[in-house]
Amino acid sequence: MSSLVNKDTKVIVQGFTGKEGTFHAEQCLAYGTKIVGGVTPNKGGQEHLGKPVFNTVLEAVETTGATVSMIFVPPAFVGDAVMEAAEAGIKLAVIITEGAPVKDMQAAKAHATKHGMMTIGPNCPGIITAEECKIGIMPGSIFKKGNVGLISKSGTLTYEGANQVCNEGFGITTAVGIGGDPIIGLSYLQILPMFEADPETEAIVMIGEIGGDLEIHAEKLIIEQFTKPVVAFIAGQTAPKGKTMGHAGAIVSGSAGTAKEKMEALEAAGVKVVVSPAEIGKAIAEVLGK
Amino acid sequence: MNIHEYQAKQIFAKYNIPTPKGIMVESVKAAVTAAEELGGPIWVVKAQIHAGGRGLGGGVKLAKSIDEVEELANEILGMTLVTHQTTAEGKLVQKLYIEDGADIKDELYLSVVLDRKSEMPLIMASTEGGMDIETVAENTPEKIITIPVDPAIGFQGFHGRQLAFGLGITDKIEQKNIIKFAEKLYRLYMENDAEMIEINPLVKTAKGVFLALDAKMGFDNSALGRQPEIAAMRDIAEEDADEVEAAKYGLSYVALDGEIGCMVNGAGLAMGTMDTINYMGGTPANFLDVGGSANAETVAKGFEIILKNPKVKAIFVNIFGGIVRCDRIANGILEATKLTDVNVPVIVRLDGTNAPEAAEILKNANIPNIIVGNDRGDGAAKAVAAAKGN
Repeated sequence: MSSLVNKDTKVIVQGFTGKEGTFHAEQCLAYGTKIVGGVTPNKGGQEHLGKPVFNTVLEAVETTGATVSMIFVPPAFVGDAVMEAAEAGIKLAVIITEGAPVKDMQAAKAHATKHGMMTIGPNCPGIITAEECKIGIMPGSIFKKGNVGLISKSGTLTYEGANQVCNEGFGITTAVGIGGDPIIGLSYLQILPMFEADPETEAIVMIGEIGGDLEIHAEKLIIEQFTKPVVAFIAGQTAPKGKTMGHAGAIVSGSAGTAKEKMEALEAAGVKVVVSPAEIGKAIAEVLGK
Repeated sequence: MNIHEYQAKQIFAKYNIPTPKGIMVESVKAAVTAAEELGGPIWVVKAQIHAGGRGLGGGVKLAKSIDEVEELANEILGMTLVTHQTTAEGKLVQKLYIEDGADIKDELYLSVVLDRKSEMPLIMASTEGGMDIETVAENTPEKIITIPVDPAIGFQGFHGRQLAFGLGITDKIEQKNIIKFAEKLYRLYMENDAEMIEINPLVKTAKGVFLALDAKMGFDNSALGRQPEIAAMRDIAEEDADEVEAAKYGLSYVALDGEIGCMVNGAGLAMGTMDTINYMGGTPANFLDVGGSANAETVAKGFEIILKNPKVKAIFVNIFGGIVRCDRIANGILEATKLTDVNVPVIVRLDGTNAPEAAEILKNANIPNIIVGNDRGDGAAKAVAAAKGN
């Protein structure tokens, strides 16, 4: 799904010169991502990893023509960074930082929407179009090019899913880690239709988890608009009620948001639901008829 | 992070949100003094624990004399309270809240939570106060009104009117009272980075005044850094000691009831691993996410915490190395076995970055109780077999 990000996508990094920003920007550059510069206040005019550093996102956008920003700033500054990107004309912000206050993300996402900027994350591994463009922290080597789209709330399950798909002899078009926070950017509802429309994607792996009802909303969409096969796994079937399992969003409160509820809804929509993530690869082989 | 009822009511007082008068105590003697100070003639003796359903569990009782306050304080303080929101072991009551009895005409329900669908704070109210709101939602959903408030515009008059009319309040003074009450509650929610505030019951007195009889509050952990007063209200005694200990080392741990200890990187994979064990016929003993920066020390700590649980018969280490290199984890496991006495079978599945090197390291170390799983399914199967003694 090269419509969202591809080999020509120009990317800047907010929080470019920090430890995390530096390490992952370097990995992305090595993968082939067209990182054209970065933003760190008071370091404008310097060069970092051979790319220009700017004081503001606006300056970076005007100079480089970047359309995507990868955000690594510390949690307390994420809201600010996202809003700055939106006003500077960035089209997609990929927010990697974990631990941003929910109230800040609420305001930042509303502001991004107002300015026509899409967001992915926060607290996510990012997005990768295999063998073209990696914007995030996933290990690039496991994403071989192929015909399966992947969307997941969890980072490590994204890797697990992609690895299994590739081990079965298939590959990935684009993989998106949407993050597990209570408020996130692009989700199943926006990304599934992109995969449906993408000529290279022939099947989709969808990995969800307990909490919220994003997966339930996907049910209707899949019934009404989908022609491509979907394989799904929902993590947390064995999770106890009312406990936060690592991700702040994954709280089963009352009957809403349980794995069982989500699995049943997806199954009813014709999705091939697997009960263990170890079955994802085989299920893809099955739906693709090989 | 959750706080106690008495702390929530301290915050209410700052916002002029009416509550009955009350005093937190930690001894029977102090309970008597508090009751004398409040004056009576009716008092409520309330156990302070971080769980709902205290009344049904016998942790909230009415007293009609100072002697009765003393008697009840004696009974409740130090008891282990089991409610539908605690574990089966229950929670030890270490604090009491002695409160004035209220003159109750009507019991309502009022809360503010984050609505993930509209991505806005949501005011939720019901005429069915004093009942479990999940039960109301299931049996009579029409009796719950929901009002999302867009923070960009804040609490407006129309939100208040929706609330008052929705609750069937027709008296103009009462309408004004409930609207003011909700407006203050919304402001408190926003200004303190609350995750949820629940008042159940919210009572209407004969004079048409609304009082928060109970209060439950939870806060966004990610925002505690900028809410020092809230952060200072944390009561570690209410939290699971192992979870607190694990958190010190950057580990995210939740104890469960099963037999197979789990050590995994990433929350999603950790939950997925529990599901796989369950699918293979085993039972997970815990959720444990070692995070992205696992090293020998954290892995050793993880083993130590898992092994504290006497039910654990095997440990399944499931790592998908991305940025985390598997060889480093393998070395961490070897170090860990030197630092901690690991006396159960450990099934290790390492996949991803530098996995072959990691397998080599484990093989060469030749530790009898370390078994290498080929993939996640195989690893889980071996763990289940090991837990069953095969």
